[in-house]
Amino acid sequence: MTRTGEGRDARAVGRSVPRVDGAEKVTGRAAYVTDCVVPGMLHAALLRSPLPHARIRRIDAGRAATHPGVSAVVTGADLVQMPGLDPYFGPAFQDQAILAIDKVRFVGDPVAAVAAATREAAREAAQLIEVEYEELSAVLDVQAALRAGAPLVHERLRPSQAFADLMGIEAERQTNVCYHFKLRRGDVERAFAEAAHVFEDTYTSPAAQHAPLEPHVTVAWVTEGGLLHVTSSTQSPSYVRLSLARIFGLPLSKVRVTVPYLGGGYGAKTYDKLEPVTALLALRTRRPVKLQLTREEEFVTIHKHAVTTRIRTGVAADGRLLAREVAVYWDSGAYADIAPRVVHKSGYTAAGPYAIPNVKIDSYCVYTNRPPAGAFRGFGVPQVVWAYESQTDAIATRLGLDPVAYRRAHLLREGDLFATGTPMRSLAVIECLDAVAREIEWGSGLAGSSPPAPEVREAGVPRRVLRGKGVAVGIKAALAPSISGATVMLNADGSASVLSSTVEMGQGSDTLLAQIVAEALGVRVPDVQVVHPDTAVTPYDTITAATRSTFHMGNAVLQAAARVREQLFAIASDRLEVDPDLLRARDGRVFVAEAEDRGLTIPEVFGAAFQAAGTTLVGEAVYQTSAIPTDHETGQSERVTVMWFVGASAAEVEVDLETGQVRVLRFATAADVGRPINPHHCRQQILGSAVTSIGQTLFECLHFEGGQLTNGSFLDYMIAGYRDVPPIITPIIVERAHPEGPYGAKGVGETGALSVAAAIGNAVHAALGVRLRDLPLTPERVLQAMREREPARAARRGQVERGPG
Amino acid sequence: MEAMERQIRLTVNGQEHELTIRDNTLLLWLLRDDLKLVGTREGCGTGVCGACTVLLDGRPVNSCLTLAAQAAGHHVTTIEGLATNGRLHPVQEAYIEERGFQCAFCTSGFIMMTKALLDEIPNPSEEEVREYLSENICRCAGYPDILRAVQNASRKLAARGR
Ligand code: FES
Ligand code: FES
Repeated sequence: MTRTGEGRDARAVGRSVPRVDGAEKVTGRAAYVTDCVVPGMLHAALLRSPLPHARIRRIDAGRAATHPGVSAVVTGADLVQMPGLDPYFGPAFQDQAILAIDKVRFVGDPVAAVAAATREAAREAAQLIEVEYEELSAVLDVQAALRAGAPLVHERLRPSQAFADLMGIEAERQTNVCYHFKLRRGDVERAFAEAAHVFEDTYTSPAAQHAPLEPHVTVAWVTEGGLLHVTSSTQSPSYVRLSLARIFGLPLSKVRVTVPYLGGGYGAKTYDKLEPVTALLALRTRRPVKLQLTREEEFVTIHKHAVTTRIRTGVAADGRLLAREVAVYWDSGAYADIAPRVVHKSGYTAAGPYAIPNVKIDSYCVYTNRPPAGAFRGFGVPQVVWAYESQTDAIATRLGLDPVAYRRAHLLREGDLFATGTPMRSLAVIECLDAVAREIEWGSGLAGSSPPAPEVREAGVPRRVLRGKGVAVGIKAALAPSISGATVMLNADGSASVLSSTVEMGQGSDTLLAQIVAEALGVRVPDVQVVHPDTAVTPYDTITAATRSTFHMGNAVLQAAARVREQLFAIASDRLEVDPDLLRARDGRVFVAEAEDRGLTIPEVFGAAFQAAGTTLVGEAVYQTSAIPTDHETGQSERVTVMWFVGASAAEVEVDLETGQVRVLRFATAADVGRPINPHHCRQQILGSAVTSIGQTLFECLHFEGGQLTNGSFLDYMIAGYRDVPPIITPIIVERAHPEGPYGAKGVGETGALSVAAAIGNAVHAALGVRLRDLPLTPERVLQAMREREPARAARRGQVERGPG
Repeated sequence: MEAMERQIRLTVNGQEHELTIRDNTLLLWLLRDDLKLVGTREGCGTGVCGACTVLLDGRPVNSCLTLAAQAAGHHVTTIEGLATNGRLHPVQEAYIEERGFQCAFCTSGFIMMTKALLDEIPNPSEEEVREYLSENICRCAGYPDILRAVQNASRKLAARGR
């Protein structure tokens, strides 16, 4: 484990300082939206569609409206009659109505909303609403949705104008493809013709749920002054403000979105979810309204995309990758949410971080009559890594080459061009790969240990198992363009406040931002208060997601703090009669660099400037990154992002030959974080992503039958618990400072999630000589694959299908 | 389906309460809504995640599956009841030191579970910790940190002679 940076005790940055939210969180006092109670508050419930695709003929809400305790019942028909209301929302396309208008598009689509005195009354009343449907034929998977003449999920589409990178998107007319990303580089067909080997496979990755322990929850009320106040479990307060202002025709200043602590997000809580309908009920009833989803509703609100990837690679006799052609199909469900961005950003990485001169990628965002899919930690990249890293492994194995050495030889290096034509910068992917390989002792024993199967005794019972090791790498680009604004206030007593719209959802952003300010102003970390998002006072921020906060908000806060420091130094330089450039700030003092005892305390500096106690110095900054949009036909861009983040995973697995059970015995995961601002928090992010991804690799999967989710509860849907954590799991920080990062930092929220599935799949292959192409790697699938493979394996026993060592 | 009402007495964090509840009121709602002890969280409402864990006469229970009426005449301890005189409980201190939390929505449940575990087995093996805490879910997946927090708490309690 790399522990760089933890020794510099005098500094606030680069050290694993304790979390600033610790005391609140271990005493249960940390406030979440679920705890929010506003006097006079009503509770809301939703009636949801039982059908995947149907026209709404008639709704009778009469009995619900007269149910005891009910204040309001609203349906889609009411929405269209409300003057000044634009009932549609969505970050990419405004394709989702606050409540279904004319059609329902998935089992679970909200049809009507009730506000009542209690949660129970609201839920009871919702069940009393009678809806008459005319069932329409549905498209329940991507294949059905792509068929010629398939029923359309949406007849018309209206692009949203919220984000620069999504301004130009166009849906294909009269199909269910709402976005098609194309990348063309070189001449793929010619390269395939020249290739010595061509590999062609299809890999699938299933729908999975985020399952934050805190479900989505929103409270909305309207103040006497006409301010719409919404407190919500959202990762994107600035966007929600914009969206609500547009829907209700309000000035931005009249919508106030506040976000306390989040009980986990992982992408689920990005963009608008419950806010529009809760605000609508608050405006209707003129009472505060709270809407909190049940766990079962949470399951149909948003999920990780199910993806099918067809990947074809042409390889020269010496192993060079000549061409790669990838077609990725994303099941985006009934509403696009942020899917087009997922399809674009993950799409352009679908050939992997390899030197490949000829690349063709088609990435399709497809509407189906399933619940909507959206952002999930990794933003689509883990699904494409599963395909390209499994296949890259297959290539190395087929050529009889060591999978680590093979990757090392062909990975992109600094300055090389990515498939988008973007020069690579600050890219420690080889270092990550080497680090994880070393950690699991790659090349020594065990890998490809078949045959014979060593006998393992457990509780005296012998088991036949095989072990193997596997590695994988992954790359993702930071979202660009994107914007973070921040305000830093230094108080006369040397304490400071940070106003930022970054959401503290467990990642440690409050601590990180406090560390940056403490470092810049020479004050103590615990004395820095980070004000949680409140769009009335905290400036615009694109979103808390996409591994962007450390880099973007970190920079904004650093620049804002630097502006405070300038003022501080200007005052002090007058007093001390020394050039401000020679001043430094540390330990609550401003002093001369070469003569540390010549200085002033912060209160003394304030005393010199102001004739009152409790005054403030204020600095503001907006940090904005730019990008060049990818070309519509070729996907090329010289600057597709400002920052790449890369990681690698290595797994040692044991497969039980009788049960098909895969156990991860040892796992290492490395992330290039730039320079860690809080090393422990970086490791926590890497580990958390890894453990969650191990669960998604081995068992997590949403099952649908006829469009109906059949395992949408914690009783039926398994998520990783203590038993699933490998006995040895090591997070590794790799440092390649980013020239533009705050103190060299990049970010690490998703890096640990990228390559997990492929590393485990590759280890299973090393153990069994069988390559599984469909996630999750359940015992049934493992046994099935072994059965199919058995005759071939017997024939080739002891030949090339083994890893190194 | 009007539920019957009844009067109950119970002790929560050392304080006696007399309340009128409906028969079907869950302990979780009594704590959160009636007593405003919102540190106990609801993650699933079906007894799977452990976020709602409280101690009933010292034994961990899922308050989302426990009827308030079942707690009548008994002692309930919630996360709010661990600190004494403004001083954190050693288990809480250990969670801070080892950062056994991220979003912390699961944390009250894990801390109560840890308290119960260490009351029962003061010096648990790693296997015993895994087994005991296997019913609690942390979606931020900070399990290795939580394990260290339990071990740290065990040392702290031993050093203080419990
Ligand atoms: S809320 Fe009680 S176990 Fe999940
Ligand atoms: S800390 Fe977030 S669920 Fe455990």
